[in-house]
Amino acid sequence: MVDCDQGEALAAFVRAAYEQDQALEIVGGGSRRHLGRTPQGATLALSGHRGIVAYEPSEFVVTVRAGTPLAELRAFLAASGQDTLAEIPQFAPASTVGGALAVGLTGPARPYTGSLRDSVLGLSILSGTGQALMFGGRVLKNVAGFDVSRLMIGAFGTLGVLLDVSLRTARVPEREEVIRWEMSWLEARARLRAWEGAYPLTGACYRQRTLYARFAGREARVAAACRALGGERDASGVLAALRDYALPDFSESASLWRVLVPPDAPLTDASATIGWAGAERFRVNAEEASVRAEAARDAGQVMAVWRRDRDAGPWARPGDASLTLMGRIKAALDPRGLLNRGRLYPDW
Amino acid sequence: MSEQGESVATTQWPGAFWRALRRLAPPDGLLMKTTELACYECDGLPLYRKRPQAVVLPRTRDQVGAILALCARYGVPVVARGAGTGLSGGALPHPEGIVLSLARLNRILALDPGNRVARVEPGVRNIAISEAAAPYGLFYAPDPSSQIACTIGGNVAENAGGVHCLKYGLTTHNVLGLTFFTADGTLHEIGGPTAEGPLDLLALLIGSEGLLGVVVEVTVRLRRKPPAALALLAAFSSVEEAATSVSAVIEAGIVPAGLELMDTLALEGAQAYTGIPYPPGSVAVVLAEVDGDPEGVALDAEVLRAVFARCGAFALEEAEGEADRRRLWLGRKSAFPAMGRIAPDYYCMDGTIPRKALVPVLAGIAERAQAAGLRVANVFHAGDGNLHPLILYDAKAPGALERVERLGGEILDLCLAAGGTITGEHGVGVEKLDGMCAQFTAAELAAFHALKTAFDPDHLLNPGKAVPTPARCVGAGGLHVHGGRLPFAHLERF
Repeated sequence: MVDCDQGEALAAFVRAAYEQDQALEIVGGGSRRHLGRTPQGATLALSGHRGIVAYEPSEFVVTVRAGTPLAELRAFLAASGQDTLAEIPQFAPASTVGGALAVGLTGPARPYTGSLRDSVLGLSILSGTGQALMFGGRVLKNVAGFDVSRLMIGAFGTLGVLLDVSLRTARVPEREEVIRWEMSWLEARARLRAWEGAYPLTGACYRQRTLYARFAGREARVAAACRALGGERDASGVLAALRDYALPDFSESASLWRVLVPPDAPLTDASATIGWAGAERFRVNAEEASVRAEAARDAGQVMAVWRRDRDAGPWARPGDASLTLMGRIKAALDPRGLLNRGRLYPDW
Repeated sequence: MSEQGESVATTQWPGAFWRALRRLAPPDGLLMKTTELACYECDGLPLYRKRPQAVVLPRTRDQVGAILALCARYGVPVVARGAGTGLSGGALPHPEGIVLSLARLNRILALDPGNRVARVEPGVRNIAISEAAAPYGLFYAPDPSSQIACTIGGNVAENAGGVHCLKYGLTTHNVLGLTFFTADGTLHEIGGPTAEGPLDLLALLIGSEGLLGVVVEVTVRLRRKPPAALALLAAFSSVEEAATSVSAVIEAGIVPAGLELMDTLALEGAQAYTGIPYPPGSVAVVLAEVDGDPEGVALDAEVLRAVFARCGAFALEEAEGEADRRRLWLGRKSAFPAMGRIAPDYYCMDGTIPRKALVPVLAGIAERAQAAGLRVANVFHAGDGNLHPLILYDAKAPGALERVERLGGEILDLCLAAGGTITGEHGVGVEKLDGMCAQFTAAELAAFHALKTAFDPDHLLNPGKAVPTPARCVGAGGLHVHGGRLPFAHLERF
């Protein structure tokens, strides 16, 4: 595995950019470059900053440089029988850890193993002035200082250049099975709820009138779940494809919306792909007004993973008070607004 | 206040401020008499005491917003307070400011068992949420030891944990949304059904110790109560074996709901306090609890028995029913007050280290304690590496407190050197300001100050807490308990 610490060089680059008031587009593997608004500024390449900083299998924590490809990290952990605790989308073979953290998406395992930000114990960044800062740590419980680590996850690189991150890991399960059943969404939802805690459920999705559920863990428990629940073994790889945003209808779409709602919210579009036990609903090529209406009815949220009118941005513009506050937070960490300028909102 | 002779007479704030405050506060919601203010002078860390100018007890969120806007107009510092059970002085009043008690905002606004969420006001007690959720087979997971008294608002401020956080996470993992006021009285709503969003403001607010905003509503996630649970107590003839077994349990792939360790002194105190004996010859015990479906629990228990036996446990006790489990846990839960039986005073530390460092750090603590001529009891959340060394001493002995503080500083240094942190769950407050200087660089502290300023440009919310000024960086901190008088001694402690 390549081990290369470019932290010093990256810091010098950002400091120089700060002095010259030069905006920077942070690029890892480039596989998520089409997400968010159109990038601006000179390229700051993170792909050379890679490798494992520290790994203690018995602690279930790995510290990894942001430019490390996800696939490399997972292969490295697999040699010790481990994987990342959170299920992390991998858009392409070149996808890096840093890019995944910046976009902040989590796969279908989220209700069962937690969100990507839940598995971040600490990280170090370069601020918009080129200062190296470390927040959090490598231990499970840590309440010293504001939780800047979690703040970075999903911020599209607008608050800092991620240098390295300490992530929780977990054992690779002894056995994993995906089983499918044809049924209505209402029935699927009821089953998912009943299985939680009773069976080793680690991911599920509902699509095209079919429930796909993944059971993983100890051999005996997975076998027991398979025996008790019937259904058909599924080898289509639908959950892995959903994790990587690579389902055929997703990859060919011009717009892909995530509608985040309370899991019980009624289904408005039978063609939606449903994850997170009902809380995450994917709408392919839907009209913006229709997804916004669906979310608004249940006080939910909408994120455009990608969209036809890219520069309308991934998230709706928040209210004035929130936007002002968010702008001040941005300014606290990136006073000249250089990092991924315009990626999240037009003015920052 | 002119009509009340016994009220605090000297204040730098103009009469117009006080008249406006009196108008905004409920008729029985403004305390200014010395006698009324006395019980607000400290929180669960009574070593630090200050008298505020006044205590305001609003009943509605509109009142909270209006009071904050008023204080912002006059530049009056505001210290928000829940039940005041915090252990790091986070709710210590500001002598020139007011205490804003959220205790009367105590309604459960909505409980949605279908979506497994509850919307509550900040003054709702932690345990009241689980009680309200119990009829639906649900519970709120974070369970700090003070849960019968502490409020959810305080839990949010401190990012409270508890014995179950090894499996279920801290407050930050169990809150989906917050409604809060910034210092200028502007209302913000953050979070959502899945707590995702462009910037994770929840992460900043939770654990911010009242420096960034005043929370008036919390949406918490509820979980299904596990149908089965089993507690095991493993007795060892050395601390090393016990500490090694803790790592071995986690390495075996088990995620216990709780995994705790007690050493000889802690056992001695607990036994004297509860009268429940530990297996004779116990130098250290490890308590483990696993929960889930019955089959999973049975499988986990099998692994636990094997791991403990392999690590040298000479006795094993098990408890399945709720009452039996409670009995097994009793000594652990009363370990803090029990220390009063074996020493007049103690000083409680709260560092977290990687599990692999448990054996060397415990040995390092013992070595330094011996050199300092002090005894240290260890009783702590071993599974997540969260140490609570209790330094025993007698405050009446000349120079004792200074020696204790020096040892405390050395212990925190050991935690940091092992790759750990100065506070795992009690917060920084006023108590660990010095430790912050050891853990963070000046640039990192400056970033914290910049974030504080982003939310609260005039530094009116809980000023002087949680983040030290560069000038302050000296020494170390801890929880001081005198004469065995633990604040809230009736509460269970973890």
